[in-house]
Amino acid sequence: MNKVFSKPKYLKDVPFHYCPGCGHSIIHRLIAELIDEMNMGLRIIGVPPAGCAVLAYNYFDIDMCEAPHGRGCAVATGFKRSQPDKIVFTYQGDGDMAAIGTAETLHAANRGERITSIFVNNAVYGMTGGQMAPTTLLGQKTSTSPYGRRADVEGYPLLITELIASLKGAAYVARNSLATPAKILAAKRSIKKAFEVQMQGIGYSLVEILSPCPTNWKLSAIDSFKLLETRMEKEFPIGVLKDVTKAKEEA
Amino acid sequence: MENKVLMKGTDAIGEAAIQAGCKCYFGYPITPQNEIPEYMARRIEEVGGVFLQGESEIASINMVLGAAASGVRAMTSSSSPGISLKQEGMSFLAAMELPAVIVNIMRGGPGLGNIAPAQGDYYQATRGGGHGDYRTPVFAPAAIQELYDITMDAFDIADMYRTPVMIMGDGMMGQMMEPIVLNKRKEINLPVKDYILTGADGRPSRIMRSLILDVMEMEEHNWKLKRKYDLMRSRLPSCEEFMTDGAKLVIVAYGTAARIAKGAVKRARRDGVAVGLLRPISLWPFPDKAIQNLAKEVKNFLVFEMSTGQMVDDVIMALKGKAECEFYGRPGGVVPTPAEIERIIGRYWVQRGL
Ligand SMILES: Cc1ncc(C[n+]2csc(CCOP(=O)(O)OP(=O)(O)O)c2C)c(N)n1
Repeated sequence: MNKVFSKPKYLKDVPFHYCPGCGHSIIHRLIAELIDEMNMGLRIIGVPPAGCAVLAYNYFDIDMCEAPHGRGCAVATGFKRSQPDKIVFTYQGDGDMAAIGTAETLHAANRGERITSIFVNNAVYGMTGGQMAPTTLLGQKTSTSPYGRRADVEGYPLLITELIASLKGAAYVARNSLATPAKILAAKRSIKKAFEVQMQGIGYSLVEILSPCPTNWKLSAIDSFKLLETRMEKEFPIGVLKDVTKAKEEA
Repeated sequence: MENKVLMKGTDAIGEAAIQAGCKCYFGYPITPQNEIPEYMARRIEEVGGVFLQGESEIASINMVLGAAASGVRAMTSSSSPGISLKQEGMSFLAAMELPAVIVNIMRGGPGLGNIAPAQGDYYQATRGGGHGDYRTPVFAPAAIQELYDITMDAFDIADMYRTPVMIMGDGMMGQMMEPIVLNKRKEINLPVKDYILTGADGRPSRIMRSLILDVMEMEEHNWKLKRKYDLMRSRLPSCEEFMTDGAKLVIVAYGTAARIAKGAVKRARRDGVAVGLLRPISLWPFPDKAIQNLAKEVKNFLVFEMSTGQMVDDVIMALKGKAECEFYGRPGGVVPTPAEIERIIGRYWVQRGL
């Protein structure tokens, strides 16, 4: 009999703790598949965040080092600068990446640090119980924006990926969504490209992934995936924002 | 005679780090320690190392974390306000048991304070500094040779005990120039770094974490750290005793304050005042045994710090009521002269009827 589906080699044989319908498990799977397909398992180092994915090191069967909340890109810089031959990636939520860790993120990108960031945007602080995130949508109710996010009080959703795309050190910047199986496969292609760019040593690479949080959005899993398309992708347009390898090919 | 070179404190720190095999320096500018990153920026590439100016002290200490977890000798340096920003990272280093060397060239505070020499960060350094139940070995050299030797040793201590180690100086120690011998690194046996993350090639994958959700497991980790701290307490205390023979009064001071006190003790001795100096070199672990030994004979202690009084607590704790302990302090960046301290000694001598 042909085996058509199995756990990726680089995921340990333990159940995920993530809530039903959460996007983290899908993204873990995509990364684990790529580690195998791209033969990176013996030379990759992952830096999980403080956030729902803090326990990522319990799932990935690779070397992983927890970072203090927001400092993933700085920790990854320490790894990459002392081991330039290794593949180093951070895995970060929106609070981690775009609030407390904004400085570390922007500066690592601007230095063209040869690392890859997988940025999971679920528009809330999942781990701490659904507070407002820098990417919370206008009008979105969270436990710390109980009246819905108001532009004049809490400001606008932060498009950090666009900011990063404007930096010369960033070589590949893409935004994907988990809304449909086709989009999930596109996300995998982006992550693959991001790792390739790192291996080519041309700069920082980032893939933002719009990801559902049914628990804190207080929606069913199905409605959460729908909301990715109806609301999230409107505020955070998906696509490749920057690809210097393309620009080179064209030139 | 060995060849001596004239070296400034900050350069001695940098060169000692290079000689100790430090391969990564990450830091953010702040006066009065800018000459350390400047030295490292020039020097470390010559030995195939990495210098990177972080975007902040927070970023820098976390870069150190990544390098330390890679198995590379790494350091950072800063001055008081910047050291405050590094505390979260230092707590993580302590929790993950990662070796690193952190230099604090203290300045006047609190707040932005000023850039003059001060000793206001003693509590922060010796009480853990960041959050959680941990300690950091802290050394306070008082001469450039000692600064050089201790910086080199600090890397070994960090590796031996898998701990961040702090070196405390101030603007005076940083700027001062003295002739020193560039001693070679000691040959010592250090534990194999079997924890480092280098890609899971030829071995099972490893993780490095500080999150321990199970309270029993967290408690065990705390006790494990405590056992390590107890071992350091039994091995690392160090101090210098100066003119304590026959002393009726002993000054306790460290770093720059100890240099000043030494001058004062010499002058007072010339005038027939039986005073000596005990200079803690390790601030944590504190050399309390040495103080207790002295207290068998000496019943009067005077602590002098360039602060409103921090180390004095440790002296009082060490004395356990066996001797009198007074305090004299000049906080805020004021550096008193030996003559001033001699006057304080004289006044105390008379007051106590010694
Ligand atoms: C210095 C510090 N501040 C706050 C926290 C608490 N904290 C942990 S995760 C988190 C935010 C998580 O949200 P996000 O980064 O969006 O990731 P998610 O959990 O949604 O995946 C916060 C505020 C912390 N661990 N450290």
